Amino acid sequence: MVQAPVKEPFDLHGAVGLSVENVTRRFQTRRGVLAALEGMSLHARAGEMVAVVGPSGCGKSTLLELICGLQRPDCGRVDSEPAALMPQRDLLLPWLSALDNASLALRVAGTPRRQARAQAAPWLERFGLGDFRDTRPAHLSGGMRQRVSLLRSLLAGKPVLALDEPFAALDAITRHEMHGWLARVLAAEPRTVVLVTHDVEEAIVLADQVVVMSPRPGRAVAAIDVTLPRPRHATDPSVVELRDRALSALGVER
Amino acid sequence: MKRVAVRAIVLLALLAGAWEAYVDLGGADPLILPAPHAVAHALYIDRALLWRNFLVTAEEIVLGILVAATAAFALAVALHFSRRTLRPAVYPLLVASQTVPIPMVAPLFVLWLGFGILPKLVVIALVSFFSIVVTTLAGLAAVDPELIKLMRTFDASRARIFRHVELPAALPGLFTGAKIAVVVAVIGAVFAEQAGSNAGLGFVFQQAIAQLLTARAYAAVAILSAFAIALFALLSAAERLALPWAYETPGEHPR
Repeated sequence: MVQAPVKEPFDLHGAVGLSVENVTRRFQTRRGVLAALEGMSLHARAGEMVAVVGPSGCGKSTLLELICGLQRPDCGRVDSEPAALMPQRDLLLPWLSALDNASLALRVAGTPRRQARAQAAPWLERFGLGDFRDTRPAHLSGGMRQRVSLLRSLLAGKPVLALDEPFAALDAITRHEMHGWLARVLAAEPRTVVLVTHDVEEAIVLADQVVVMSPRPGRAVAAIDVTLPRPRHATDPSVVELRDRALSALGVER
Repeated sequence: MKRVAVRAIVLLALLAGAWEAYVDLGGADPLILPAPHAVAHALYIDRALLWRNFLVTAEEIVLGILVAATAAFALAVALHFSRRTLRPAVYPLLVASQTVPIPMVAPLFVLWLGFGILPKLVVIALVSFFSIVVTTLAGLAAVDPELIKLMRTFDASRARIFRHVELPAALPGLFTGAKIAVVVAVIGAVFAEQAGSNAGLGFVFQQAIAQLLTARAYAAVAILSAFAIALFALLSAAERLALPWAYETPGEHPR
């Protein structure tokens, strides 16, 4: 069985990580102004993984889009190195093979096809997809598609990875496997990671820091440092204790 | 494929049989509605004349569709890239262009472009490009906005997003539009030839009707119908070859 994360925070020399400082983001809707984020703050050291948990609609996706530079804050500051997104749905292109999908981030950034494929191929191998490099997404399992999607975002080569509930649509066993893949990838290719999830347990098992958000308009109500040694198990008493802390910050009665 | 062909032929035979019986039992004057056997007879005795003129019309139709597909695709891309300005301005005109009765404008094209193949190509392109524009545009617009956002976080330029994401996604729409277009292109060819020509199955049709050779006119139409079916089947086969992914349903998943 895959042991969930074996990685400790990485030392990315000279990298600044990311900081979201007192950010407010409002949208004009037909029913008036909707505040998605109000005074949201979040800090990650370079090489650290920050998990963001919060109720549905608390502005988690908006937060990721701000970090990726797809939106600008109305107030506050977002300081982040370039970030690549990994979406919840895999969004693989149905006409491309696993290998071409994995190398897509390189291709759209201008890398020639041969070079992009050569760069992606060893990663497919390492991800247990070596036999499926020429297979189109329709014939891959959900877990395989998500691995290709993770590779695609990783190969974009950005120092920051913004993962938007990447494992939410997977079954429990596959999700557990994905935790292992993610840990191995980050061990080989360190990144600063923002992981949005609604699974508090997943957050504590994987992350170095768990930021708990309030309902909309979203802001951080707690930032819990997770310094437990890895690998961590959901049943460890210290994990359970932190999970309860996070849940009570979320306002869940235990 | 073979079972489908058998079923189509059985249905066609049933319809032809009913038609034959209707005419033979005096339901309609053969000068107005010739019986299928009379049409078959005309197909045989006029085969040289029909073949010669078929080649003329077939060339017009094939070239006309190529012109239409090229123009329609370019226009769809232009409208897609200018969703705010060009598209709202052009789209109503595009719809209006389809309401113009071809017999009204066909003589104008003959006046401008003469009796050669050019006015035919214009008329065929005019009637058939609309469906291609609409379906291609729909394909371009149906790309998941989340996917575009994702590509932007990968530093993709607008041109590369088009080339790698939108263009392939629009190809099934292009094929769908072209399949509709081949059918109306045949009608366009007939109208175009009637407006001014001395060859082609539309010309034969017009002459035959005037001479009360109704069976020959129907034979010309039968050939055009068969040609449309053949083009449609050809495009379907090409689509399956070129875009196998568009026909894939998620099947057996390895884990």
